[in-house]
Amino acid sequence: MTVLVIAEHDNASIKGATLNTVTAALKCGGDVHVLVAGSNAGAAAAAAAQIAGVAKVLHADADGFAHGLAENVAAQVVAVAASYSHILFAATASGKNVAPRVAAKLDVGQISDITKVDSADTFERPIYAGNAIATVQSQDATKVLTVRTTGFDPAAATGGSAAVEVLTSVGASAQATFVGSEIAKNDRPELTAAKIIVSGGRALGSSEKFMDVMTPLADKLGAALGASRAAVDAGYAPNDWQVGQTGKIVAPQLYIAAGISGAIQHLAGMKDSKVIVAINKDPEAPIFSVADYGLEADLFVAVPELVAAL
Amino acid sequence: MKVLVSVKRVVDYNVKVRVKSDGTGVDIANVKMSMNPFDEIAIEEAVRLKEKGVVTEVIAVSCGVTQCQETLRTAMAIGADRAILVETAVELQPLAVAKLLKALIDKEQPGLIILGKQAIDDDCNQTGQMLAALADLPQGTFASKVEIVDGKANITREVDGGSETVSLTLPAVITTDLRLNEPRYVTLPNIMKAKKKPLETFTPEALGVDVTPRIKTLKVVEPPKRSAGIKVPDVATLVAKLKTEAKVI
Repeated sequence: MTVLVIAEHDNASIKGATLNTVTAALKCGGDVHVLVAGSNAGAAAAAAAQIAGVAKVLHADADGFAHGLAENVAAQVVAVAASYSHILFAATASGKNVAPRVAAKLDVGQISDITKVDSADTFERPIYAGNAIATVQSQDATKVLTVRTTGFDPAAATGGSAAVEVLTSVGASAQATFVGSEIAKNDRPELTAAKIIVSGGRALGSSEKFMDVMTPLADKLGAALGASRAAVDAGYAPNDWQVGQTGKIVAPQLYIAAGISGAIQHLAGMKDSKVIVAINKDPEAPIFSVADYGLEADLFVAVPELVAAL
Repeated sequence: MKVLVSVKRVVDYNVKVRVKSDGTGVDIANVKMSMNPFDEIAIEEAVRLKEKGVVTEVIAVSCGVTQCQETLRTAMAIGADRAILVETAVELQPLAVAKLLKALIDKEQPGLIILGKQAIDDDCNQTGQMLAALADLPQGTFASKVEIVDGKANITREVDGGSETVSLTLPAVITTDLRLNEPRYVTLPNIMKAKKKPLETFTPEALGVDVTPRIKTLKVVEPPKRSAGIKVPDVATLVAKLKTEAKVI
């Protein structure tokens, strides 16, 4: 039994979510191999070889992998799939994009967003926005899984010394072409990997006020910025800041929710945080039912006060 | 060009589901059912493409129990021209739905297939990608913008950290994200009109698809409860608690 983890990377380095996925893979049993499909991704493959617990790295290099197009990456995974009992992806935008393509090509069911490995074929996953936890068993020979990173600790990024095997790359699909991307550049930690997140809701009232009030707090704490769906829908914060059932699932050490009422869909994305602070002027806001520390106050007064007090 | 849109009947997003006491699943008897919100966005997008003259016909498809007809009528009230129900009482998993949709693509030959990115009941986020793989089509998942230009679909996708744009040959599979559009309200005259639109029914057997579940649910339990903590009177107390009690800053 050998387990394959599909690395998430930017060709130069391995992204943090891969480390949590390796931990889940080790729990499935057997050797763990990591596939790095990239373009000029030698550095990423070398980094994957350092991850503790990884027995072998497969490196496929081709232009078609430069931007992680699902059509190309899935074809590469399928090309090596026969050697593996389990194929794991991080449940990130990129993992979610590619994994089902692989499962369908192999004619197997996929188990999404696993939070626990019970045995080699049995896994736990949240359903209904985390309001129920299902224990499910795969009946297929190959298990294709996406891993909710907050459910597993990251494997050590160093300490391993796996061999790197270079694969023959599959050809690129003519059906899909990468045109461009707009990735926000900032010095803040990534939302899903941050130790502290400060998150704002609709009560912020405008994009300007969101930035004016929330940014100083994030700066002071070295935190990532998040937002509720209501705030994102209203245009106060970028789409990829959304925390919740259909946005990012986060579990930082400290989550500060300001002006967020706490719809179940939002709670689904942050209720596994270690410590939750809620600042809201509505004493009945559902967010208080999950908060370790609730402060009933106007966020426009309380947040600047908090910045000053830190 | 035809566009095929799949819609799923799910527990309404405002309903807080309860886990059955015998641990076999969640109790969905007598709860409000609605169209999966992402699928509503999918139908809306297809109808807008028709209004722009990019597509000529919008076909709504739903797979599942007889009551999915209601979901299909809603889709037709939004503006779909006709509907197909693949009727079965078997629990349908994403791979089975993808296979049913693949069979319908072979029959209908649409130029675009639009699906919601995930259903809010099983939260799988698989069907669109699986369908694209089975039909050997390119995919534009988590779309926040769709443009059909010169026989290609230019899709802006939501990815971690921002967005990216891909160009796909047609036919192509698109899955919708939340900000693609805001679905219109369904009006009473359109609900009446939808009742007269054609709705065809197939069985999985008639489409030659084996829908046997591949994943077995062993049990379903409530998640561990997080209990409410304390209310603090002011910012100073909050900071003190975070430093000395929680030790997180």
